[in-house]
This record gives sequence, C-alpha cells and structure tokens, in this order.
Amino acid sequence: MAVQIKTLREMPREELFAPGHRLCAGCGIPQLVRTALKAVPGPKVVVTATGCLEVATTIFPYTSWRVPWVHNAFENAAATAAGIEAAFKALEKKRGVKRPKVIVFGGDGGTFDIGLQALSGALERGHDLIYICYDNEAYMNTGIQRSGATPRGAATTTSPAGKVIPGKPERKKDLIAIAIAHGVRYAATLNPAYPVDMFNKIAKAASIEGPTVLHYFTPCPTGWRSDPAKSIEIARLAVLTRVWPLYEYEDGVYRINVLVKSPRPIEDYLKLQGRFAHLLQPENRWMLEQLKRDVEENWNRLLKLAGLA
Amino acid sequence: MAVALQLKGQRRVGMTGDEAVAYAVKQADVDVVAAYPITPQTIIVERIADYVHDGELKASYVAVESEHSALSACVGASLAGARVFTATSSQGLALMWEIMWIASAMRTTIVMALANRALSAPINIHCSHDDAYAVRDAGWIQFFAENVQEAYDLTLMAFRVSEDKRVLFPSIVNLDGFILSHALEPLYVLEDDVVREFLPPKEPVNPIDPERPMTYGPLALFDYYFEFKKAQAEAFKSVYPVILEVFREYEKYSGRKYEPVKAYGVEDADVAVLILGSSAGTARYVARRLRSKGEKVGVVSLTLYRPFPASDLVAKLKGVKALVVMDRSYSFGSPGAQLFMDVAAAFANESERPLLINAIYGLGGRDLLPEHVEEAFRKAQEAARAGKVEERELWLGVR
Amino acid sequence: MSKLLSWKDLSAPIIAEAGNSVLYKTGGWRALKPVLDQSKCIRCLLCWFYCPEPAIKRREDDSVEIDYDYCKGCGICANECPVKAIAMVEEGVG
Repeated sequence: MAVQIKTLREMPREELFAPGHRLCAGCGIPQLVRTALKAVPGPKVVVTATGCLEVATTIFPYTSWRVPWVHNAFENAAATAAGIEAAFKALEKKRGVKRPKVIVFGGDGGTFDIGLQALSGALERGHDLIYICYDNEAYMNTGIQRSGATPRGAATTTSPAGKVIPGKPERKKDLIAIAIAHGVRYAATLNPAYPVDMFNKIAKAASIEGPTVLHYFTPCPTGWRSDPAKSIEIARLAVLTRVWPLYEYEDGVYRINVLVKSPRPIEDYLKLQGRFAHLLQPENRWMLEQLKRDVEENWNRLLKLAGLA
Repeated sequence: MAVALQLKGQRRVGMTGDEAVAYAVKQADVDVVAAYPITPQTIIVERIADYVHDGELKASYVAVESEHSALSACVGASLAGARVFTATSSQGLALMWEIMWIASAMRTTIVMALANRALSAPINIHCSHDDAYAVRDAGWIQFFAENVQEAYDLTLMAFRVSEDKRVLFPSIVNLDGFILSHALEPLYVLEDDVVREFLPPKEPVNPIDPERPMTYGPLALFDYYFEFKKAQAEAFKSVYPVILEVFREYEKYSGRKYEPVKAYGVEDADVAVLILGSSAGTARYVARRLRSKGEKVGVVSLTLYRPFPASDLVAKLKGVKALVVMDRSYSFGSPGAQLFMDVAAAFANESERPLLINAIYGLGGRDLLPEHVEEAFRKAQEAARAGKVEERELWLGVR
Repeated sequence: MSKLLSWKDLSAPIIAEAGNSVLYKTGGWRALKPVLDQSKCIRCLLCWFYCPEPAIKRREDDSVEIDYDYCKGCGICANECPVKAIAMVEEGVG
C-alpha cells in the first residue's frame, strides 16, 4: 500500500534534487521533481527526455540529481526507461541486483508529440515505470513553439496571435485518455498548487507494479509571458476554472479529486498570461468561446466518467 | 578445418547466418535483447525469442515498437550493467542512426548484428553495404563476416571486445543479407562451457546504481563538448590492439585464426582487389584461377572495418601497382565510394602507393560473378601497365 | 567556477558527484529579494514546497530560512505566503 499523507508536514525532508540548476525563475518543474523523488520510496532511477528539465539540471560538470539519472535523446525516454527496467529485471534474477523503480520525466513535446510512439510501446509492453509528463503546453526549451499539448487559442512562436488566425486553432490532446486506452492501471493529473494531492498520487503510482502515467500542469513564466511570482496562482486558477481538472483513474474507476462546483470565470486564468492576451480582445471572442467549449466538454465528460453527471 | 576437428568442445552443425548469430547470442548469455523485426535480420530475433520463451536463455526480451526504441532500450540496458544485443538491417539502422552516436559516446557495450541490406528507394531487401557505411563515423566497432562460421565467431568476439574495460565501445557484426543471413552452411560451434570461459559475465564500468548515483548523458556546451569528442577519439584508438588480442585469444579456444586484414596472393601481386563480406570468396576463386595461369593477382578483404586497419592494409599491399577497391554501395557526389575513400586516405602520405580504381558491384543483392572480378583484375592490369588510371569508377555487371 | 578540465581528464559523459550543482550559485540572477519576517511565519511549509530551487530550507521545527546563494528572486514564496510574512525588496536595498 502506498503511503498517503494529509498535510505538507508529513512530506519527507530529504531533497534528492539540488539547487544550482539553471531553470528559469518561477519555473513550475522543480516542484514536481522534488515531490516525485520524495513520494517514490526506495531505490530509484530517473530518465529524462531532452527538454527544459534535462538541459537546465545537467550542464557539465554540474548536476542537480542525487539519484541515478539518464538522458538519451528527445523522443526515446520511455524506450530508454524500458531498457533499464528490462536490464534490472534480468540482473535481479541472474545476480540478485536490487531492482530500482524507474521514473521518467518528459515534457509535453517529448510526450504528446515526438515521444508518443515510444511511450505507447512502453505502456503496451507493461514495463514497471512511472511516466510523468511535465506539461508547459509548448516547446519551451527551443523558444515556445506549439505542441500537441498547447491549448486552443494560445499564442506560441509557431501559432502566433495573428490578424487572421489568433493563436493555435486546434484543441489539446488528451494524454490521460491515451494512457488509459493502453490498459494502464493508474493515471492521474497533477498540479503544483495541490501538493498533498500530488504527493499521494505519485506515491500511489509508485506502489503499482507496471506502467502508470501522470500528467503535471507546469507553469512557465517565460513561455506564458506571466509574472514568475504568480506561477502557483495560475496553477491554482487552472483547477478552479476547470481548465485543468484534477482527477485520477484507478483500475477502471475515475475520481475527480477537486470537484469544482462553481468555477471561476476562465478569463481570471487567461488574463494573467500574455499567451492568451489576444483572446480577451473582442475580435477574437470566437476563439475564446471555442476554448470555453473545450473546457466545458472535458469537464462534463469527466463528470460522466466519475459517475457524477 | 582438420585442426578444429581435433579440438575438444566443438561441434559441427548446419545453420544459416542468422541462426548462427542467434546461437552465439544465446551462448553469450545476454541479459537484454531489444529488437524489431526487419528482413533479412528477422530470423535472428525470432530464434532468440524461441530461446527465451523455452527457458534456454534467461534474458529480458524487449519486443519494441521500432528500431529507434530498440537501440534506445539497448542504451538504457547497457548503462544499467547488462550484456545487450540487438539486430537490424538497412532502414532499421537508418531509424537507429540518431542513437548510434549516443550509444558510442555513452560508452555502451551493445553488440549488434547487421544483416546488410540496401537502403531504399527503390525498396529492396537484398544485400548492399549502404547500412554499414552509413554508420561508419558513429564510433562503433565494425566487423565483416565472410561466411556463417565467421558470423558466429565474430559475434562471440564482439562481446568480448566491446565489454573489455580498455574498449567500452559498441560493436556491429556485419553479415551480408540473404547471402549469409539465409544461407545454410556447416560450421563449428563451441560448447557452452568453453564460451563461458572465453566470455565470462560482463563486469560493467560505472553501471546505474542507486547507491552510487551518477548523471549519465549530461549537456556539454562549447566549453566541454570538444574535449569529450577528443577523449572519445583517443579512446577509440586504443581499441585496435585489444581486437588483435581477442582474435589471438579466440584462436586458442577455436583453432580459427582471425586477422583484421585477410590477404591472398598479395606478397608477389602486381594488382589486387579489396573487398568486404561474403564476396571475398568469389574474388579469391578468380584470383586462384588467374594465378594458376601465372598472373600475379591478389585479394585483400577486411574482417575489421572500424577501426579501419590502415597500416596493416598499407603493409600488406606493399608492391601492388594497381588496386581495385570494391564497394557494394555508392556515395553520391563524393570523390569515391565509401571504402575507396578510406583506402585513399590510408595511402595519403605513403610515398609508394598503388593506382586506385573504384568498382561498384552487387547493389541490391545482384550477384557478383567471377567474370566481374576478372574484369576488375583486367582493369587493374591495364592501369598497372599504362602507369595511369583511365577510368576510375567501374560499375560491374550493370546493364 | 572550477578550472576547465582537459580531454585527458574525461571519458564517458558521466557526472559522478551527485548534486554538485550546489557549487553553482544562482543567487546572482536575483533582482528582487525575499525577506522573511520570522515573527509572522506560521510554519505552514508552503514556501518550502513551492520554491523551485529549492532555496528555502526547512528546519527541524518546520520553521524556514531563505538560502540566498540559490534564490533567483521569482517571488512565488511572497505571493503564496498565506500570512504575508515574506516581502520582496529590491536587491541591495533590504
């Protein structure tokens, strides 16, 4: 059984992620990494796809990692992790080597787009690993290009807020549904504004033998053109506006962890971020309405799945 | 083979090249196999799957969803301390290409069987050496097998070389697609206990270990990337003597002698051909016939392609006036096909060097016939007589 | 910064000293500096959790202190502190 906590005080003190990394001020990635390394008990190995987390934490000769950490390439984090897991399984049987838990961190580019095939393969084969996507909703490391995880309407350098096309015209992919379609036993969304919920879900994922998928909301002041001080405030508003529902799937059962009965207006969330500024202009209202429909449809779908509709 | 027959611990069996490689992999007691099917390699990974599923090989078999993931998984597994094998061909290797460089730079000890096949387009499943050449710069050791026996022997030796603490670079064992991969030939195999003695379990260097947490594959910018590449380049130079040592060591167990450069008749030859893989036999057959008529012709073939045995080759070709370098591939727009460029570079600063002709042959599985080799010898003889090369690039047997 | 190594000192791209990024001080990035009023702190640990570096140290008694060697001055701690015990002041002033 996974250890579940009720307050922040119960969270382990040990820091397996060191300061001195080069992530931007106000970045939302480290809260995930620190929590994951606390919530996964025992020996562990981390695999990281190319991306912000990878480049900013391992600039030779410095590393922020106090656990074994492996970077191979961009699209192959899940496959690399699968190889490590397979190796330890064999070495455990043959030589009694203790098998660590494998944790994978991939950004949304490395997960939704270029790494999706490798992730699909790893999930289908049932490797014992926790795959965590830190989703900042665009290719931030290369300078803010749209990805399959960029929400509708958001401006990026490859989906700019133009006069004719105001931001990204397409909706965001549903990573958790993709994971569940592979038959994983556990999948959940995470948000840094909800630390206890995040810790408990990662601990639960760690207690399950086989692949699990976690999807983490990652504030990015650089890419979202937001105040670094407001990263957590934005994350909280994402939940309270139903933009980022906190839910989990466990052996066929869906649970909404934060049931937002009366949502805040989505504009409260959007207005803190430059990437959405154009959506608040009257001429782009149609795009805003589409985004609102996406959010509403997703929420209603989840209510049904959770038996709350 | 009379000597081998007398050696204890060997059996004579019939196997295809693919089966022989799979058998060697089983005897090597690998820990992880990650592979994806592609003709003409597929039989290798099918046989290994049989061994694993029948409990004859205690390995994790990762049936990945692409070659890219196959090699990615192999990198992870090798870093974790496992003995690792994969196999591929042509397009599959092309898909792995990105990770080939990483596998070497990260100093993994992966062994790969490459059943050589032409690169598309047009799509073709038969032999060219495009695939092997396409990764020549990536920092892998590359062996070329001439027959099924060599495919078996070199697979065992590749593990020993790659995992040697003075080496720590991945290896490729090339075997010509279909010509060797699917041809049934008799060969001698070592007994399992003999293989275990020659190839004990891998002793990994700095494996992934939560007790000794290390960071594998960090970012190195302009302040360090250059130094890492120089370190890798120097480390790769130390591979060659270890290969010679392993060849000699293996001979003790098998009675079979291996050399980076195989030479036939070159001691007194005026002209020679240089060739890779299964066609060397055809070339020697022709050379033998011509020599019986008093013509001074020779053949050199490479068992070791990377690191390129430049000085050995130069020494063996001493006195040869004209050399035909046979390439089973083509390099568009370059001053010569791939092997030709290597040879030209090997002779670059030699005061005495043969005239060089580049013959393109056998693309996409086209048979190399004795008359093609004879044509190559004739062109070399003409050049040797005239003291110059009229036509540097020949396409043997093309319509 | 340590002396740059030569290729002779290098082999595989591996960093053996876990967590040695502590040698790289990021405090110099800071324009605004968080100042904690210990008398107001309720030891809720939110700033400890939210700090991206981590540059907020958690003491045995769950009180906290800011490590200016690493703090980049993002201001999340001040923004999230439920009792407004942290103020952001201009670097070099407070």
